[in-house]
Amino acid sequence: MSGPPIPGLGAKARRVGALIRKESRQVVRDPSSFAIGVVLPLMLILLFGYAMSLDVKNVPIAVVLEDPSSQAAEIAASFQLSPYFQTRVTRSMTDAQALMLSGQVEGIVRVPQDFARRAAQGDAAVQVLVNGIDGNTARIVEAYAEAAVAQSGARVAAEGQDAGSAGGQATVESQLWFNSANDSRYFLVPGLIVLIITLIGAFMTSMVVAREWERGTFEALFVTPVRTDEILLGKVVPYFVLGMGGLLLCMGAAKFLFDVPIRGSIPILLGVSMLYLLVSVATGLLISSSLKSQFLASQVTLVVTFMPALMLSGFLYDLHSVPLAIKLVSYLVPARYFVSLLQTLFLAGDVWSVILPNAAILAVVAIVMLALTRRATRKTLG
Amino acid sequence: MLASLRRILALIRKEILAVLKDARTRNMLMIQPVLQCLLFGYAATLDLNNVPYAVLDRDRSTASSALLAKLDGSGVFHRVANLTQADQMKSLIDTQKALVVIQIAPDFQRKLSAGEPSPVQVIADGRNSNTAGAALGYVGAAVDSFNADWRSDHGLPPPPVQVDARAWYNANLETRWNLIPALVGTITMMSTLMLSALSVAREREEGTFDQLLVTPFRPVEIMAGKAIPAMMIGVVQATNALLVAQLWFRIPFAGSYVTLYVGLILFLLAAVGIGLFVSSIAATMQQAMLYAFVTIMPFSLLSGLTTPISSMPRVLQDFTAINPLRYAIDLVHRIYLEGADLGQVLPDLWPMAIIAAVTLSAAAWMFRNRLE
Repeated sequence: MSGPPIPGLGAKARRVGALIRKESRQVVRDPSSFAIGVVLPLMLILLFGYAMSLDVKNVPIAVVLEDPSSQAAEIAASFQLSPYFQTRVTRSMTDAQALMLSGQVEGIVRVPQDFARRAAQGDAAVQVLVNGIDGNTARIVEAYAEAAVAQSGARVAAEGQDAGSAGGQATVESQLWFNSANDSRYFLVPGLIVLIITLIGAFMTSMVVAREWERGTFEALFVTPVRTDEILLGKVVPYFVLGMGGLLLCMGAAKFLFDVPIRGSIPILLGVSMLYLLVSVATGLLISSSLKSQFLASQVTLVVTFMPALMLSGFLYDLHSVPLAIKLVSYLVPARYFVSLLQTLFLAGDVWSVILPNAAILAVVAIVMLALTRRATRKTLG
Repeated sequence: MLASLRRILALIRKEILAVLKDARTRNMLMIQPVLQCLLFGYAATLDLNNVPYAVLDRDRSTASSALLAKLDGSGVFHRVANLTQADQMKSLIDTQKALVVIQIAPDFQRKLSAGEPSPVQVIADGRNSNTAGAALGYVGAAVDSFNADWRSDHGLPPPPVQVDARAWYNANLETRWNLIPALVGTITMMSTLMLSALSVAREREEGTFDQLLVTPFRPVEIMAGKAIPAMMIGVVQATNALLVAQLWFRIPFAGSYVTLYVGLILFLLAAVGIGLFVSSIAATMQQAMLYAFVTIMPFSLLSGLTTPISSMPRVLQDFTAINPLRYAIDLVHRIYLEGADLGQVLPDLWPMAIIAAVTLSAAAWMFRNRLE
């Protein structure tokens, strides 16, 4: 590092202070900072809190009632009364198939003509056809149909003579720990915090150094006495503060708007969030100062930070089930560790055997990223 | 007319050169869709196959071991621990070593033989309630299959009513078949929207936009010169993603390519229209990117890519009417997996055409009023 000798700590602080002031003004005066610092987090909070739900509701289905018996009507009624479905009852399979082909219903439940007669003999079948494109919804339609049919079947068996044959089954008694109400917000909201911090941290910073290179103002900085680490500090601080704002906004919304419990301690939650924010800011700066092109930096940031945070962090999709190669890639995604930390701190509590290793990894990543950024931001002409 | 066409062609050439001359940008645009499809095709699955579970078997009977054999043989669960005491369950779940813990009561077999319902207690880690719910579903299926075996082994008749379930278009209900075609739309929208938004902003930032204005180009020609190259890149990206879907993931293509590409071009027109409109508001590249992103975010979250549209509140379902990605995902699904023809996807086509017409004319108006 070639630079003028350091006159003293006071001068250093003044230089960093000036840089932070300049960068902060740039952030505050640019209307797009408001868009990403306030509008985007608010929008995401509302979307995740109210719009995104993996719970299936109002799935349009057709029930084909070929059998006029009361028992068949009972099965149709159980679908009509269920909040999961919007049921249309038809009399013929052709009508139902036409609805399915034109995309108006997602599934068909067919109660065949001889249903009641065969049910009395004990070998009736209900046909369920689902549009398998959305496998998740399809599975729920299938499972619900099975439950509705089993209930009706149990009633038939109970009414029949051989009541004993209905018993003697293993039944499942399930408990969902940490989220006993099975509210998908409980895991969407912590995931949302990961996305927002990734966005604010990495996106804004990915442009700032590249912009200075493109405009030539970075070269102008060469002839000033500021040192590389001072430039970096000047860039990190304002965006870090902005990110903290977004973080507090999300935590407030989680607690007061959505009633997601925070079972761990808040200082630890804030601490690990700051660590991850630092990782994000450093990643953005690293991309920016190594690519030196705003367009390229923006695309790379999208692919390297945001998409993996959404898809590979274990927030939406389970990481136990992915092939080994993808699992190895997911270990390179810092968001993965943060998701694990947030899910535990929000819903389980201070489980040190989860917190310590994950926080340690985040700390190491932050240090490595900052060191790499410092190397990439040398005051030399490329 | 001919002169205008020549001018537009010249602009297209210049624009493509500007984007593709840089090797890093070129690679980025071409490889990124392939890489994303591969990664997410494997990662984004709700189908579980390697769920760590633990067992507290207090019965140790032939029935309990038959039930556990069902779980072990399902290919979904792998056993990480055999517990001996109830207090071991908590730490296994807390530390995420096991996602599911199964407890079998000491009277499991006795109750079964007596013809009574015999409960199996299942505890799942609800930190990701989505995965936990799926895992519980798999446990339920294993128990059902155990029950069926038990009944037939003990000479009991099968339950009186059975369900015969079948899935159309995706018989094994693979999440991947749903996701990869949806990614074709999502990835191309992200790239083309940003590309068109940033290309104008870049010229503005570098000052070359003012130079363009003193040439004989009319604002509409400049816009066409920006829109067409971005769409061309989008078509290439979509093709790359489709190749991955067919050659790598072997998802069978049921429809016609002509229909699919007609739909995709309309979709890209809408995406580019939004991108150009964004760029007409933005003064710098950073602004253009951030605005583009603020637009892309709700479009991709409210498109049906990750969560079903039918579960959203009414107001937001109405909002998805102006979301081109929602139509594109539906369109690709229906053509790719169902083999729908042009007439059947018409309800997806005309809204995209309207979105394209509105955004492109709004962008043209903004350009003219800022320029002249």
